[in-house]
Amino acid sequence: MKKIELNDVSVSYIVGDFSNVGLKDIIIQKIKGTYKQKEFQALNDISFSIDEGELLGIIGTNGAGKSTLCKVISGIMRPTKGTMAVRGSIASLLELGTGFDGELTVKENTFLRGAMLGYTRDFMNQTYESIIDFAELKEFEDRKFAHLSSGMKSRLAFSIACLVKPEILILDEVLSVGDGAFRQKSEKKMLEIIKGGATTLLVSHSLAQIRRMATKVLWIEKGKQIDFGETKEICDKYAEFLNKK
Amino acid sequence: MTENIFNRMKKYRFLFEELVKRDFKKKYKRTILGMLWSLVSPMMQLLVMSIVFTHFFGRDKPHYTIYLFAGNLTYAFFKDSTTGGMHSLMQNANIITKINLPKYMFLLSKNVASVINYVLTLIIFFLFALVDGIDFHFSFFMLIYPIVCLILFNIGCGFILSALFVLFKDIQYLYDIFTLMLMYMSAIFYYTDTYSPQVQKLFYLNPLYTYITYFRQIVIYGIIPNWKVHALCLVYAVIALTVGALIYRKYNYKFMYYM
Repeated sequence: MKKIELNDVSVSYIVGDFSNVGLKDIIIQKIKGTYKQKEFQALNDISFSIDEGELLGIIGTNGAGKSTLCKVISGIMRPTKGTMAVRGSIASLLELGTGFDGELTVKENTFLRGAMLGYTRDFMNQTYESIIDFAELKEFEDRKFAHLSSGMKSRLAFSIACLVKPEILILDEVLSVGDGAFRQKSEKKMLEIIKGGATTLLVSHSLAQIRRMATKVLWIEKGKQIDFGETKEICDKYAEFLNKK
Repeated sequence: MTENIFNRMKKYRFLFEELVKRDFKKKYKRTILGMLWSLVSPMMQLLVMSIVFTHFFGRDKPHYTIYLFAGNLTYAFFKDSTTGGMHSLMQNANIITKINLPKYMFLLSKNVASVINYVLTLIIFFLFALVDGIDFHFSFFMLIYPIVCLILFNIGCGFILSALFVLFKDIQYLYDIFTLMLMYMSAIFYYTDTYSPQVQKLFYLNPLYTYITYFRQIVIYGIIPNWKVHALCLVYAVIALTVGALIYRKYNYKFMYYM
């Protein structure tokens, strides 16, 4: 069965709010009936489907709409057009640092972030020690989160996130965190999860990583789907495209 | 959407508890008095108000301080809860745009902190009432009714305000002015019996006045308000909640375009 299926999915953002247009203008335009919200087409007719256990690499230059696509699949945004079917529990790691609060301690933050990722309290009580060990932050657990270095922050974030056992995993450029040693450790850990049978969406700017890991590739550019298919073929095309630029 | 509300509550209970803890801890972080502030500040306010106003009004009225306290207590809770509620979406914008969570959780967790605050002030209020020689009777339990209505009313207003605030940032300044006006219109420190009966009825158009009156009638005068006041308390809460819920439903996925 197809785990993720998208048919002609489009997303248009509303850009600008009342302060940009001005309340007076909006009222006048509304009365005249000429009021129209400015829209930005972030995604345009994206269609693809992937099977269980596959790893889809999503590539494209900055602002191509990769993150928007991840948001749509995670259910944070809704497609304005088209249909979509996502089957199974989703864990989406769009940004590892989301939900942390600088004022709280490392320990408090771990629980808060865990709760946001949908873990239960029992689960967090059981795994807290292993999280903090994996992040190598045992002696910092009662420090304020804001006092950690940025490397430490992402280490903690990654350690909490990598406990997930989802059916669908969405990774938006989160695979390279921390220093060299930790990076290796984290990639290994992520691979374990992926190999465990999760259907994965991976957004990455590292073409080497995509070539190494992806079973299918989706290439989007300015919201439009350029190509979808076999890894090698599309990566070659994309590399050529980048060279020409 | 097929999940029923109980499953959802179970699913998000842990997150809700953690959010409440976060909001509460953040509120008093790095203060020496900590939670005591939620008692000190309404008491100081009360002290100032009662010194000032006993010189202008109510010197001949019995239990004027309690009258004042009942009004100010309700008003302060309303303001605290709705102002907090107004900012609840925007303050959590970075979470809302990155993780798929029910958005009302942020408002509700904020409200829990306000309610705790309110309950603490209520305790002080009853101590004051005791000292002031108010007779405690069983009808005091009736107060649960307007309190519950007020909490729901505040949540509803919080929904509406937080949605407006996402779309229209000027609302925070407008709302400050509005609450100030509301304070003067809620008969917190003056009596309405100098007005004609018609005008007195008009006061009931103000939800806050309705809740305050309920309180005063029970505590100071020992009367249980008539059914109309009961109905009004409920109607205001239901209206606010319904409008708020409808807005959230309609704009649930549109909020983030403005965040």
